[in-house]
This record gives sequence, C-alpha cells and structure tokens, in this order.
Amino acid sequence: MKFRARCLVLAIGIVAMLMVAVGCGGGGQDALKQGGGGSGGSIVVGSANFSEQLILGNMYAEVLEDQGLKVERRLNLGTRDVVFPSLKSGEITLVPEYNGALLAYLSKGESNVTSPEETTKQLKDALPSSLVALDASDAQDKDALVVTPETAKKYDLENTSDLSSVADKLVVGGPPEMETRPDGLPGLKRVYGIEFEEFKPLDAGGPLTVEALANGDIDVGRMFTSQGLIDARGWIVLADDKELSPAQNIIPIIRKQDNSGKIESALNKLSATLTTEDLKKLNKRVDVDKADPEVVAKDYLKQKGLLGG
Amino acid sequence: MAQSYFDWAWVVGNLGDIWAQLAEHIILTVIPVGLGFLMAFPMALASIRWPRLYSPLLGVAGILFSIPTLALFVIMIPFTGLSKATAIVPLTLYTLLILLRNTVEGLKGVPSHVTEAAEAMGYTRTRQLFRIELPLAVPVIVAGLRIATVNTIAYVAITALIGQGGLGNLFMDGFLRQFPTPLIVGLVLSVMLAVAADLGLLGIQRVLTPWQRNPG
Amino acid sequence: MIDVITNLIDWFADPANWQGTDGVPARVLEHIWYSVLATVIAVAIAQPVGILIGHTGRGGALAINLSNAARAVPTFGVILLTFLVAGIGLIPVLVALVVLAVPSMITNTYAGFRAVDRDVRDSAEGMGMTNWQVIWRVEIPVAMPLIMAGVRIAAVQIVATATFAAVVSLGGLGRYIIDGLAQRDLTQVLAGAILVAALSLLTELGLSRLQTAVVSNGLQAESEEASLEAKLEGSTG
Repeated sequence: MKFRARCLVLAIGIVAMLMVAVGCGGGGQDALKQGGGGSGGSIVVGSANFSEQLILGNMYAEVLEDQGLKVERRLNLGTRDVVFPSLKSGEITLVPEYNGALLAYLSKGESNVTSPEETTKQLKDALPSSLVALDASDAQDKDALVVTPETAKKYDLENTSDLSSVADKLVVGGPPEMETRPDGLPGLKRVYGIEFEEFKPLDAGGPLTVEALANGDIDVGRMFTSQGLIDARGWIVLADDKELSPAQNIIPIIRKQDNSGKIESALNKLSATLTTEDLKKLNKRVDVDKADPEVVAKDYLKQKGLLGG
Repeated sequence: MAQSYFDWAWVVGNLGDIWAQLAEHIILTVIPVGLGFLMAFPMALASIRWPRLYSPLLGVAGILFSIPTLALFVIMIPFTGLSKATAIVPLTLYTLLILLRNTVEGLKGVPSHVTEAAEAMGYTRTRQLFRIELPLAVPVIVAGLRIATVNTIAYVAITALIGQGGLGNLFMDGFLRQFPTPLIVGLVLSVMLAVAADLGLLGIQRVLTPWQRNPG
Repeated sequence: MIDVITNLIDWFADPANWQGTDGVPARVLEHIWYSVLATVIAVAIAQPVGILIGHTGRGGALAINLSNAARAVPTFGVILLTFLVAGIGLIPVLVALVVLAVPSMITNTYAGFRAVDRDVRDSAEGMGMTNWQVIWRVEIPVAMPLIMAGVRIAAVQIVATATFAAVVSLGGLGRYIIDGLAQRDLTQVLAGAILVAALSLLTELGLSRLQTAVVSNGLQAESEEASLEAKLEGSTG
C-alpha cells in the first residue's frame, strides 16, 4: 500500500506543478488550444517565418488589441505552404499576405497581371469563400535578384535581362520553392530566357542566402525589395525590366466569419499608412540592428499615430 | 558575420516570451513521454505475458525510432496540419522503443526467487505485479523514462520548423536574424531543462524505492 | 495511402532523380562524407579521453557527468549557433555531430575499461608490461565490445542526424526533407526519410560486421548486450 500511495501522491504533485507552470507561462501562448480563432471571439494572427512577417503580424495584432479585441499571436509558423492551410482550416484567423504571391499560389499557375489593382482584384476572385481580403497597401515587397557590386561590374549588370547572356556562368541561390514556383526559375526562363549554371536551395532571403552571397558561394541571390539589409550591405537589386515579378502589395487576409467593421477599419488604416520605404526601415531595424519585431512594430504604430484609437 | 556578444537587454526585454516558450517546451515533453509510457506499459505487460510479442513490438518501435526526426514531423503535416498533434504524435512514437524495452527488462529483472516466494505466499498475478514486481522494477523503468525525457527535450526544438517549437523558436529567431542571444538562451535553457528533468526523475525513483538507500 | 506509395515508387523510378547535383547518388555521397568525417573526428577526440580516464580510473565521475550534460544539448541548436559563428560550410555540421557522438563514445570506452577484471590487469603488470602495453595488449582487446558498441552507436546516430546539414544549406539526404517541406512535396520528404533510414540500417549492419570481426571470439556475447544498451542511451535527435 505504501508504494501505491507514494505513486499517487507523486503523480498528483507533478500534475499540480505542471498546471501552475503552464498557467503562469502559458499566458502568451494558448498552449493546448487547437483550431484557434472564433472561440471566445479572439483573433488569431498568424505569420510566415521571416522578419517582415513578424513585424506585420505584430502590427496587425497591436492595432486590433488597441481596438479592444482579444488577440492571440501565432507568428513564425513556416512558409505559405504551412500557413495558408492553417488559415483555411481556421487554426488562424488573419495573416499579412502579398497579393501577387498569394494569387499565384491560389491559381497554381501564371498570373499575367502585374499591376497592383488588377492583382488585388484577381486575388479577391480567387480566394475561397471563407476568406476575405481587406485593402491592399501601397507598400510592396517584391522578389528581387541581388548581386554584389563586384558581380554587377564584372558582368555589366543593371537589369534582370542583362543576366540572360551570362546566367549559365552564374550560380543562383534562393528558397527551395524557387526551383518550382511559376515566378521562380521557370518564370525566369520563360520571360527572360535565363538559365543559371546551378541553383542552390537556401532560404527566403534569410541568413543562408545572405551569407552565401557575401562569401561568393552564389553569384545571384533571391531576396526581397523591402529587406533593409540589402542597402546596408551595399548590394545591388537588378531591375525587373520585363516585369516578371507580379505586384506584391501587403494585404491582410481574414476569415470572413471573424471579420468586423472595427477590424476592417483598423487594418485598412494601417495599410493606407504603410509604405515600401517604411518596410525597408523596419526590416533593417530587426535584421541589422537586431531589434525585436514586436518593439519595432509598436514603435512604428505609435510614431504614425495608429494607436490609441 | 553575426555579432558574438550576449545581449542581456534582449533577455530582460523578452522574459515573458522566453517563459512562454519554456512552458510550451515542457508541455511538448511531458505529454509525449506520458503518452508513450501509457502506451508502452500495456505493451510491456503483454510482452511478458506473451513473450512472442516482444520481438515484433520492439522491432516496430525500433523502426519508428530510426526515421529521421525532421522527416517524421514533416510527414505528419498533411494529416494533422499545424496543430500540436503534428508534434506530439511523432514525439510520442520516438519514446516507445526505450520505454517498452526498459519496462520489460525492468520487470523481467525481478529475481525469480522473489516472484516464486510471492506465489507461494498466495499473491495473485495482478497483486504480484503491482505490489512486488513493479516496485522492484522502478529503477530500470525510471532509467528509461530519463533517457526518453532527455531525448524528447532535444527533439522538441526541431518542431520549430513545423510551427511548434518551444525553445526551438528561440533557436530559429536567433538564426534568422543572425543574432546569437536568443539562440544561446534557448540552448542553455534546453540543457538546464534536460538536467533538471533527469535529476527530478532520479529523485522520484529514490522516493519510490526507499529500500534502496544505497544507490547502485 | 495507395497514392502515396505509387508516387514514391515513381519518384524512385524517375531517372532524373538519380542524376546531377540533386540526384540520389550525389546526395548519398555527400551524406556519407559528412558522416564519415564527423565519426573520424569524434573517435579521434573521444577514444583518447575514454582510454585515459578508463586506464587511470581518474576523472571518471567528472567525465561521465560532462558527458551526460552534453547529451542533453540539442544538436539542432548547436548546428544553428555554430553557423552564426562560423558561417556556411562544414564546420557547423561537424561541430554539432561531434558534440552528439563524443559523449556516448567516452562513456562506453570508459565503462569498457573499468570492466576489465582487476586480476587480468594485475597479472599483465606482473608480467612486466608497461602502461602502454597494458593498454594496447590487454585493456583495449578486453574492452573492445563496449568500445565498438560506442563507436557503432555514435556512427548510426551521426548518419541519422546528418540530415540537419541541409538546414544550414549543405547537401546530404536531409536536402530532400528540407526542400520537400519548402516545396510541399511529400513524396520527396518520404524518399529522403527512407534513404536516411536505409543508410542508418546499412551503417548499423556494416559496423556490426566490423564489431564481430574485431572483437575476440571469447567476448562476442557481451558485445551484443552492450550494443543495445548504448543505442538506446545515445540519441538526441
């Protein structure tokens, strides 16, 4: 009997300790909740796994909390292939997206539009009925091909089309999905006739691509126009002269059932304020200065008078 | 290259987040080990009752164990999306091999003269199991729990790549921004958590086996 | 389910997946290269330490405790941190894999040496053998089951964990898993998983053979036990 009694007491003790630990610490993250949004009216803001997304996700969460709404943050989830299904299934309620990229993802093929307005319109048509797109911002984060000043000089590169004659001598690096996505390598071949010597799967403008470009493992890197660190490193963005890359305006996508006038006006106001230059500065603060995305988001909102509504 | 200094300001400013990740890490460890034990225990009992089951059960658990951790997590995604289940199911499966083996070996390791004496004294099979064999098997079973727990704590970090992560999220944050501080904090906490869990389980073993005051 | 299997078969049957820098042979070779390199380095570090503390019997407790702590270090974190410090290249992978493998090799070698019968050691010294001779002619052969078990387990762990090389942009079979995740290509992920598991198994079998060859016949039975022990104690993902 003694042994069993001991076991029981220990078991209860452990469970109790765990409950305390989880109760205290689980505040920021709703640990055991599945199928997030909609329960208790809280909005679950999700985001993909790079700095800009973290900043945007935090900004969305901040302005909504400022409106008195209950918000849960589930940021840094993964690539769109991981995030979007979660949005559809209801695990998350709201994500910051890019009109062109999302449209391409949804239409599984080439979207021949490049104007922001047209892209947003087609995106709205392509969205499943459970989701709705709010206003698109003027701020864009387009795909970019980046080279070092040395490479640009050596091959006389200013525009992306300048690559077509020399690409077979160059190694390109980017996220693994660049190999297969329509606006990735296939698109570069189709529109520019560019075929690189080699493709190295790295990441989406993250540390792997940055380091690889910095130490010459790759000649051309796929990065993004709003990354502050491109300027910080003195690198050169090749102009997309044949307009392969679609518009990539920041646009909030939210589950229809969780949307409300309050949410719409708060987010639309934010979208209207945000510019590409703003994004670059914010990204630089997080990536180069190592500031916290949450802090950077809040500072920006305060500075622009978007809080305290 | 990344700065290699440690930014205390970051630590102070992010205590809430750090604690939340630690809590998530603990949950993602305790649940799989707990579930693993709940599954392994009956499997162990079955293996003792019907010894021919042992090899196949061990074999299956062994195969599961040899699938690379990252792969098993990713493979779950199409079935369980981004929920905790995507992390918990593989984590649980990984504990099965060690928990099954140690529970069986622990029970088998009870000297036969003890079980014979118990039988002679009129103990039924069940009572024998719970009153005699189990208590004596505790050290070996707990050894298995300790290993399973330390292993699981390391695997949990990997789930950062599929949207969960616990302390692994600190790893990823540090990595993505080329900022060592969150990474270092995450690593140190992981090790501390593992050591604490290991010692904690050892302590539990001592409590449950007061007759073994001289540890072997 | 059937779909999954047919897609997998198609993947393996597709000749394009067997050619070029992303082909199976290339990735397998890279994977083996990282694994062999890491194992050799780990052996070079762990065995001398293990032999030293095993032979002298001193520093054992410290070494064991450090080893246990090292086992608690998540390999995933080590590889990311080392990348931040050392940049792209083999160093992050090697450091992480070596940290993973060294503890179990040290504990196993140490245990192997400690298990050598006092009498055996005494009679060797009595016969006039020097320290070195005792180590090479007596202790190592007798401790071989555990030493080999340690090496074998470490090698298998290294093979399984070398998948992480892909996380820091290197090659190896982990590429299929990481790229498959990013490209949402489950078939690729499965193919990678199967290849790694197969390679692990082959490593296990190969080193098993080696163990049988190297361990003297009188000690064979022990070595089986020792292996399973070590295997379960070793993994940290």
